[in-house]
Amino acid sequence: MPITERDVEKIAELAHLELTEEEKALFTRQLASIVRYVEKLNELDTEDVPPMMHAGAEEEADYAQRDDEVLASLGQETALANAPDKARGFFRVPRVIE
Amino acid sequence: MTPRDKYEVIIGLEVHAQLKTKSKIFCGCSTAFGDEPNANTCPVCLGLPGALPVLNREAIRLAAKAALALGCRINPVSIFARKNYFYPDLPKGYQISQYEQPFSEHGEVEIMTSERDERGRPIQWRRKVIRLTRLHIEEDAGKSIHDGLPDSAEASYVDLNRSGVPLVEIVSEPDFRSSWEAYDYVQHLRQTLQYIDVCEGNMEEGNLRCDANVSVRPKGATEYGTKIELKNLNSFRFLQRALEYEVHRQIEVLESGGELRQETRLWNEREGKTTVMRTKEYAHDYRYFPEPDLPPLILTPEWIEEVKRELPELPGPRRQRFIEQYGLSFEDATTLTATRSMADYYEAVVAQGVEARAAANWILSELIYLLRSSGSDISACPITPPHLAGMIKLISEGTISGKIAKTVIQEMFQTGKTAEEVVKEKGLVQLSDPAQLEPIIDEVLQAHPDKVNAYRGGKVGLLGFFVGQVMKATKGKANPQLVNQLLREKLASSSSSE
Amino acid sequence: MDIIGLTIETLHRALQTGETTVREVCERLLERIDALDGTIGAYLTVDGERALQRADALDRERREGAPLKPLTGVPIAIKDNICTRQLRTSCASRILHNYVPPYNATAVERLLDAGAVIIGKTNCDEFAMGSSNENSAFKIVRNPWNLERVPGGSSGGSAAAVAADLCVAALGSDTGGSIRQPASLCGVVGLKPTYGRVSRYGLVAFGSSLDQIGPITKTVRDAARVLRVIAGRDWHDSTSSNHDVVDYEAALNGELKGIRVGVPREYFGQGLDAEVKRAVEMAVDRFADLGAEIVEISLPHTEYAIACYYIIATAEASSNLARYDGVRYGYRTTRAGNLREMYRRTRDEGFGAEVKRRIMLGTYVLSAGYYDAYYLKAQKVRTLIQRDFTQAFAQCDVIAGPTSPTVAFRLGEKTDDPLKMYLSDIYTITANLAAIPGISIPCGLSQDGLPIGLQLLGRRFDEATLLRVAHAYEQAYPFEHKPALEMSDS
Repeated sequence: MPITERDVEKIAELAHLELTEEEKALFTRQLASIVRYVEKLNELDTEDVPPMMHAGAEEEADYAQRDDEVLASLGQETALANAPDKARGFFRVPRVIE
Repeated sequence: MTPRDKYEVIIGLEVHAQLKTKSKIFCGCSTAFGDEPNANTCPVCLGLPGALPVLNREAIRLAAKAALALGCRINPVSIFARKNYFYPDLPKGYQISQYEQPFSEHGEVEIMTSERDERGRPIQWRRKVIRLTRLHIEEDAGKSIHDGLPDSAEASYVDLNRSGVPLVEIVSEPDFRSSWEAYDYVQHLRQTLQYIDVCEGNMEEGNLRCDANVSVRPKGATEYGTKIELKNLNSFRFLQRALEYEVHRQIEVLESGGELRQETRLWNEREGKTTVMRTKEYAHDYRYFPEPDLPPLILTPEWIEEVKRELPELPGPRRQRFIEQYGLSFEDATTLTATRSMADYYEAVVAQGVEARAAANWILSELIYLLRSSGSDISACPITPPHLAGMIKLISEGTISGKIAKTVIQEMFQTGKTAEEVVKEKGLVQLSDPAQLEPIIDEVLQAHPDKVNAYRGGKVGLLGFFVGQVMKATKGKANPQLVNQLLREKLASSSSSE
Repeated sequence: MDIIGLTIETLHRALQTGETTVREVCERLLERIDALDGTIGAYLTVDGERALQRADALDRERREGAPLKPLTGVPIAIKDNICTRQLRTSCASRILHNYVPPYNATAVERLLDAGAVIIGKTNCDEFAMGSSNENSAFKIVRNPWNLERVPGGSSGGSAAAVAADLCVAALGSDTGGSIRQPASLCGVVGLKPTYGRVSRYGLVAFGSSLDQIGPITKTVRDAARVLRVIAGRDWHDSTSSNHDVVDYEAALNGELKGIRVGVPREYFGQGLDAEVKRAVEMAVDRFADLGAEIVEISLPHTEYAIACYYIIATAEASSNLARYDGVRYGYRTTRAGNLREMYRRTRDEGFGAEVKRRIMLGTYVLSAGYYDAYYLKAQKVRTLIQRDFTQAFAQCDVIAGPTSPTVAFRLGEKTDDPLKMYLSDIYTITANLAAIPGISIPCGLSQDGLPIGLQLLGRRFDEATLLRVAHAYEQAYPFEHKPALEMSDS
């Protein structure tokens, strides 16, 4: 499926990226060539092949799970330490408008 | 025929229930409600770079209890998936949820439901089976605050204490045909989840939340109408009112020749209506894919069996058993099985060997009244089941009268004492000795010679008057049966002797 | 104390004899960094003050009789996509330019427990996306062997720092070859462990099902030492394995008898530079001379690996990088009136071109209607690639081949064509897809004096055999070259 500039706009919207006109044109070209390349996979018949859904060793039955114990949290001050904007113990962001 | 009668209502519900764990689903932060904003956070639930989720095994156990109690089949292998979307209170930019191969599927619950009259009273209870599509495990997002702060016009605030709290999402089939069916179903869910000790079920604190899909279609139509998603139905009252409003709105649009758009609407309680949140064009493409940071969740049949054995008797079956075993009415059995602690209390009283109906009557009338007026729960009732049983025995043995018992139970509730102690301290023992009662009866008869004559002249209805006088003279302590009997004898024997 | 060519082994000997102190070694290193790194660009942050404080504390412990721990006093550089508490971790990205983590990655914590000194954070491609280190938002890294050449990527800073003796050992991360390829281009040892061998907790995620932390060192023995320290189950990472961690150094017995070395014909075909081919073929012959059995094998799905990889890695990346939204940490645009603008401009201004390209590709392959055609298809092909290796390892114990199709290329040579850059990962990415371990060791110099890397791949969780084979080769054919770097007199 060839990638169009319209597709690129839609993807940028989903990924929350603001692209300039030049970036849009460049990405359309580059993504089209990459997508053409990855469609190479269609040469393979994978009808009966199960997808590898997890990279970990499947034979291992012992899974890392936690007991339900409360552990120390970072606390408000540390949680907010890297925040670009904060007030009253909250992270602050420009108003959400849908 | 009103316009409403021409349409069939189709509602499906998605209920989010918070699992009762101490710590979050993927990290050790506390799930406590009402702490300082962002205090209960760590690299994992803040979505810091490099942090990874590790599943809380208690959340899985609680989810399994919920799934089994709701008749769902637990998948031996289930997969966590990422649901990708942007929102300030979603720290990772995705929610860890489940999509393909969810935790459990194909559930079924039988609810009791009824339409309501204008005053909100049930008209006719009936059974209905609701099918559940799935019950899956996911994490909660944080909380965004859009209103009420000085700069709320420009800014929103984010608190991530709730981020990562464990939830189950329970998705129903579109099986509801009225807002009251939906209401009764959510009540049933809440009751069940509380019964099995999986969820607090407090809608106001947000640990039970509800979204709905609503559509209407002309009766007899086979295709579904345009589906509207309703969000923010966060109390039982909102839920039913919002659904009712939305059904009316949709019918009105169709009746006036309009067309419905597929959209998401929000219930606005203040204005009592639903408003558009977003239309289909902005609908999210969540780009679900298997969560690479969590291995597939594998559950053995043995483990599932073990969880099944932990389940208590569920409210529906228990109510049915109460009706059959204790001879209770549907309404009484419903009230007595409303919560697990209430039902346990009742059965603990009955187990003391008192008559089942009497135990039910005392709980349903006096005890519930006392609990309500003191604002306490049956689980913290100062009257223990053996104490209540003890009091009922005093009545059946004739030691106290039913009337006196009403005073006794109040005293017991306030002091925590046994009925025997209260009766003794207050001198409330019933007068059941003829030798003690006869002089009092004689006095009463002597004081009312005209009435005695009238009785003997055939006005037998006056017996009640004499009983009343004797009770008054004994401050209610006289055994009423004995008083009746003695009075009849005396009134009869005197007449024959004259 | 000469720090040129200093290894963990030689450092520990010198500490034991009292020939040097941790402080002295750290001071020398900091001086050398000061003198050379302005040119090379291997470090993004040098943590000199705290390194010296820690050095003093370790020296004090030593004087009080504390025994040497596996990494006592070893100055280690950490790739800047691995979290270090109270030490800036930027992932070479503008979007995290000021980010200071409140926690250590598990691997870092284990290094510290073993006595290591964190000397600083190394440059890399932004979010580990790249094969030349030219995608760093802050500065390029120059190859110590030729300053006009790339060091490889994405762990270019770590490899260059080890090659130029700006540290004793380093940690890198490898999603598609990001440890092995720069190790190859810089003439050092780089090990990518089995997926699940080393905890990923604190490694800033790129492709979560492919990422692994591993050591970049001057010798195979040092790599074995570092691996033993950082490997093992971690309760912060559900994908970390509880396979036993063995004493990898004890496995280094120099013995190759009975070892079957598989040579995949697909790794010697079109696109492989003639000089590299010759050097690697010679290395294979040497294995035979050392007593190993050479087995010709086939990995038939190799040609699909890059396509498969770029779908899976970018899909995961598009999701992993969604958290950089300007809300809780890192860069936030100053030009936003509402939330949507804030998100879009923050991400537009904060991410570089390659990162955006991969987010776009990953978003595309996961979007409605395309998931089955791309993502699901790639996961099926991944199964086929994994099966290739299962079948191959029935016939051999390790697989030998080139790490990179070429020696270090020129700066700017491939920046215009992303696809061309991706193709340079052809021999390394299969190991990530199959979740097996791989190591690159130097096996010669090109005519231009640039290092050539030999890659060895092993069975899942059999790093011991992999290291044993690599070590035997290294002992028999030591790589005795060093880049010619003069310390400027300042």
